Amino acid sequence: MDRQWRPYDAYHSPLDPCPPRPKAYIVPPNQMMVTQSPGMKQYAPFDALKHGTLWPDLYSPYDPPTRGGR
Amino acid sequence: MWIYEKKLQYPVKVSKCDPKLAKFLIEQYGGADGELAAALRYLNQRYTIPDKVIGLLTDIGTEEFAHLEMIATMVYKLTKDASVEQLKAAGFEGHFADHDRALFYHNAAGNPFTVTYIQAKGDPIADLYEDIAAEEKARATYQWLIDMTDDVDIQDSLKFLREREVIHSLRFREAVEMLKEYQEQKKVF
Ligand SMILES: [Fe+2]
Repeated sequence: MDRQWRPYDAYHSPLDPCPPRPKAYIVPPNQMMVTQSPGMKQYAPFDALKHGTLWPDLYSPYDPPTRGGR
Repeated sequence: MWIYEKKLQYPVKVSKCDPKLAKFLIEQYGGADGELAAALRYLNQRYTIPDKVIGLLTDIGTEEFAHLEMIATMVYKLTKDASVEQLKAAGFEGHFADHDRALFYHNAAGNPFTVTYIQAKGDPIADLYEDIAAEEKARATYQWLIDMTDDVDIQDSLKFLREREVIHSLRFREAVEMLKEYQEQKKVF
């Protein structure tokens, strides 16, 4: 699982009607900094366009299958 | 379930006959950043947030209902003995036409409470950020309410409520920090 994902368990009662589903939430990398420090490494221009950001450390991939229960 | 204690969280004393203030205080009763919105928001978000944050949302959501009671007490005290003429002079005629002196969930401009004031996004980070913003907005509302009265006793209660928003905001920000941590990472003390 990607470093940005946080799997977690929720209480599951023996009386719950459905089998438990794996659960996870995402913490995008913007949460890890208060302000951006200067000089962060950069993507090449074309890759930056593709990723939506110039900085790999701020890129947050989002692949639905990574999410529990999809 | 809840256990009810038949007293206010903090005393409410109203020393000045100023029905007009009730019209402004009602913002924290049925307004977008008011106590009802806060209580409903937090208690509803509890179900789909990771376990370690559920207790915090229960505690703060419950406390918001205690704040709602304090606001209700202020509004009630300011209006219960006001004559119709006084209520009209205070700009309460629209409220009076619909509700007499009954309290109602609307904001200072008379817009009825709507659940569209709150959100439950299901994404824990997004939900907690809404909660943090809500606390800061409620803090600001209390500041403007304190600005609008010179009744030191009501100011005292409002200052208590404002301080609670300051603390709640910090608790929600701490919750974000907890959710950022990796589950596998054990805290070493
Ligand atoms: Fe609050």
